[in-house]
Order: sequence, then structure tokens, then C-alpha cells
Amino acid sequence: MAKHETPMLDQLESGPWPSFVSDLKQEAEKRAKNAAGVEFQIPQDAVEDLLGVLELSYKHGRTHWKHGGIVGVFGYGGGVIGRYCDQPQMFPGVAHFHTLRINQPGGKFYTTKYLRELCDLWDFRGSGITNMHGSTGDIIFLGTTTPQLEEIFYELTHKYNQDLGGSGSNLRTPADCIGQARCEYACYDTQALCYDLTNEYQDELHRPAFPYKFKFKFDGCPNCCVASIARSDLSFIGTWKDDIKIDQAAVQAYIGGEIAPNAGAHSGRDWGKFDIQKEVINLCPTGCMAMDGKTLKINNRECTRCMHCINVMPRALHIGDERGVSILAGAKAPILDGAQMGTLIVPFIEVEPPYTKIKEEVIEPIWDWWMEEGKNRERLGELMKRQGLQKLIEVLGVDPDPRMVQEPRSNPYIFWKEDEVPGGWDRDINEFRKYHQR
Amino acid sequence: MEYEEAKQLIVEQLTKKLKTKSKFYFNDLSKILDMKPRDAKKIVNKLVEDGVLEYWSSGSTSMYGMPGTGKQAHSEGED
Ligand code: SF4
Ligand code: SF4
Repeated sequence: MAKHETPMLDQLESGPWPSFVSDLKQEAEKRAKNAAGVEFQIPQDAVEDLLGVLELSYKHGRTHWKHGGIVGVFGYGGGVIGRYCDQPQMFPGVAHFHTLRINQPGGKFYTTKYLRELCDLWDFRGSGITNMHGSTGDIIFLGTTTPQLEEIFYELTHKYNQDLGGSGSNLRTPADCIGQARCEYACYDTQALCYDLTNEYQDELHRPAFPYKFKFKFDGCPNCCVASIARSDLSFIGTWKDDIKIDQAAVQAYIGGEIAPNAGAHSGRDWGKFDIQKEVINLCPTGCMAMDGKTLKINNRECTRCMHCINVMPRALHIGDERGVSILAGAKAPILDGAQMGTLIVPFIEVEPPYTKIKEEVIEPIWDWWMEEGKNRERLGELMKRQGLQKLIEVLGVDPDPRMVQEPRSNPYIFWKEDEVPGGWDRDINEFRKYHQR
Repeated sequence: MEYEEAKQLIVEQLTKKLKTKSKFYFNDLSKILDMKPRDAKKIVNKLVEDGVLEYWSSGSTSMYGMPGTGKQAHSEGED
């Protein structure tokens, strides 16, 4: 018998999709039975009360969580988000219901043993409810009380060699794709770079001093599996400078049907015979591919590394050998100004440890600028819009590059300054009038 | 600026403003200290470590305040 009646939540279970309500009910039941004999450190019926307060919020059309709070672990200004219920008498199990963000391992690789240990810890000291994974990638622990925070932090760091992630106005937990660990498209070692920058910028991760949140994401290639181009203030996307490598015999094998296109991903239905013209060449966004008899030709100067042809024929086409990253800045998901994609600021940079150039010539100058000029709660992308791309280019000390232009007139950055113009702003009016009437 | 001097300045200024607000953005603190954000951060970190300041977070934004000042109610605009 459920502690609270939840008719509105129950309705959410009636659709064809998996429901978080069913998950919560299952967890509530599991805690009530407690077959494993866990010595719960927070109320056993926390999940029941969570269902109750959510039902009440639906009924009122308003949240019953207060806004934020002063919780954290000693020395950290992020990783813990205080949540307090505004109806603690009705729902004592969730009177405190703080969130912890756990820094996910690189590429989200972990063993089942590690996952079990985390879950056991969370059953013991928290609500047992997790979110795998939050939007920055963290493993999210939902719901515990203030006295448990230091205990959890101690166990995480001492037993499981595991740190908290970022929250609030600081560097958020850097996120990366699986990269070279499993993916042949990876143009650099995303995990190495992500790990290195996470260690390098511990202070920025744990002690908030930015105007607002700041996210790094690392994609090994333009397929953007962690969506860095749309969801990070600084997006690192693997790319190459030289030519796409072509194995002409394999191209023929795709055409002849010996190798399944897209590695067989679309084999669930009969789409007919593979047609390289229709499915690859005509879909190349820059129109830079063509068949010349039996030879596939690519005009690499025009290729934008969209990855389409490589995705369709991975055994015939391969990323080039001169590899590095493109860095884009200013993407964000909406709050103030609406969604915004990243703008290219560094077309190509090599990725070699210890990554000094990336740190000292890109990341740190951007932070200095944003920390000084950014308004409270202003993301980098908003500052870029407000002060202009030209300002960012100045901050980075790079030359404007046609590749930074999104499209004509969308982000123009050429405003000449007096010292850049021969003769400055002064002109000889008589000389001018010789050619121009009043 | 010496740490002790900075500490005094922060406590003095934040106390003065207590009537109207109890939570401050990092920018407010670096303005009080009249320092570049990176230098101000070193002092602010130490102030937190020493318990002179504490963090407040909504989850998306972080602010600073003096322990024991302001109430949770502040964020709902009731004081
Ligand atoms: S972003 Fe590219 S390199 Fe990374 S996992 Fe996806 S396809 Fe592979
Ligand atoms: S990667 Fe994209 S742009 Fe480049 S050749 Fe292939 S389909 Fe064309």
C-alpha cells in the first residue's frame, strides 16, 4: 500500500513508454522490503515522500522545492546542490533532499563492480535514486540529508578514488566521447585531454568564481557524440588537415554489395541495393565527391569533414593522418537568449600532451576575459554576442579567418581600427574632393 | 593587499549591505577588493576555507555569504 495517493502520477504510467514513476515506485517498494538488510541512513520512506511531493506539485501546478541552499562538502563550492522541501511536515522523508554530482569516468567507461559499489553506497547513505547520466555527463545521486554529505564524500574519495563533479558558477565536469579507446574516427585522444584538463583545472571545478557555468566537451571527430558543438562553452572537435584516405577496392565492395553500408546499421528493412550516387555523393553537403569511372574522387579542399561519407563507408574511407582539433566557443542550451551553437575560433591546433598551447593560448585568455567582462549569469556565448567576435579574436591574439564566418552578415567582425588603416582617420579633404563631389 | 586587510574589507562591506542582501556574486567581491578576478579568487578561497564566507548555490549559479547571515527565506524575497 503506497504511503500517498498519486492518481496524477499513476496516469503517467499508462502510456507506451517506460515511466520514471514506475521506477520510483519500484525503488520505494524495494526500500520498504529491504531484503538486503541495509541500515538506511536517511528515511526509509524517502522515495514514497518524493512521489507524494511530486503529486502535490502536479496538483498545485507549482514546485514544492525551495530555491538552492548552503550545502557542500568542506572546501568545495560545487558538486552538491542543496534541495529543501517547503512542506517538510507532510513529507519528512524529503525535507532535505540534496543532489550530489559525481564526476563520471572518462568516456563513461566503468566496470559493473564500480557501479555496484556506487549504488550500494547510495542505498546506504541516500535515496537510492540515481540519474545516469546528467546533461554534463555526471553520475547524479538524487536525495540525501546534510549530515550524510561529508560521509559520502569521504567514502567516494577514499574508497572509490572518485571525485565530485561541478555545479554552480564553476567549470562543470568535463565530458568526452569514448574516443580512441574504441572508435576509429577519433582524431585525438579525447580521454587523455579530458583527464588532463580535469586535473589541471581542479580549482575552477571545485571553487566557483566564474560569472556562470562553463563547460568543456571533447569530441574525437565531427560526429560529435557528446554534442560539444551545441552544449559546451568550449568545444573540442577532432579534425584532420590532409586528405580522406580512400581504399578504392573497398569502395567497389560497397557498390557491389559485399560490404553493408553504415556497418549494417540500416539492415532492419529492405532499402534496396546500395546506391553510392544517391546515398553518398549526392548527400555530400559541399558537393565535393564524384565517381570518375570506377574511382571515387574527393576534392578535399572543399570537404567540411561532415563525416557523412565516412559513416556510410567506414571500410573504404578513413580520416586523414594530420590530426588535431578545431575549437569552437560559446554554445549553450537556452535560458536567456535561446539555444546557440559554437562559433569556430581555432580552426586547427595539434593535440599533444602537456597541451600547453591549448591551455595558455586558448582556455586561460578566454577565462580572463570572461571573468572580467562577463556579467553575472552571462555565458561565454552571450558575452561573445554582446562584445562581438572581434573582441574575442583580439583576446586570443589570432588573426581573423574566413572559416570563423558562419555565413555572410551573421557574425561580421571587421571593424577597422585607426592604427590598422594607412594614414589613420585623417584625410586630406582637398584630395578627397578631387574624386567625390559634395 | 594583505589577507587580513582584505578580510576586514570584505566583512565590513558585506555587513554594511546586509540590510538589503545577504548573498553576493563573486564579481561583487572582486569589486570590493578592487582586484582582478584571478587574484581576488585566491583571497576568496581562503576566506571560505577560514569560514569567513560560505557558498550558496542554486545548482546553476553560485553566490557567497557570511555564515549565519540571511535566511533561506531571502531567496524567496521574504526579508
Ligand atoms: S565523436 Fe567521433 S570519435 Fe568520438 S565516439 Fe563519436 S564517432 Fe567516435
Ligand atoms: S566528409 Fe562530408 S563534406 Fe567531406 S567528402 Fe565526405 S560527405 Fe563530403
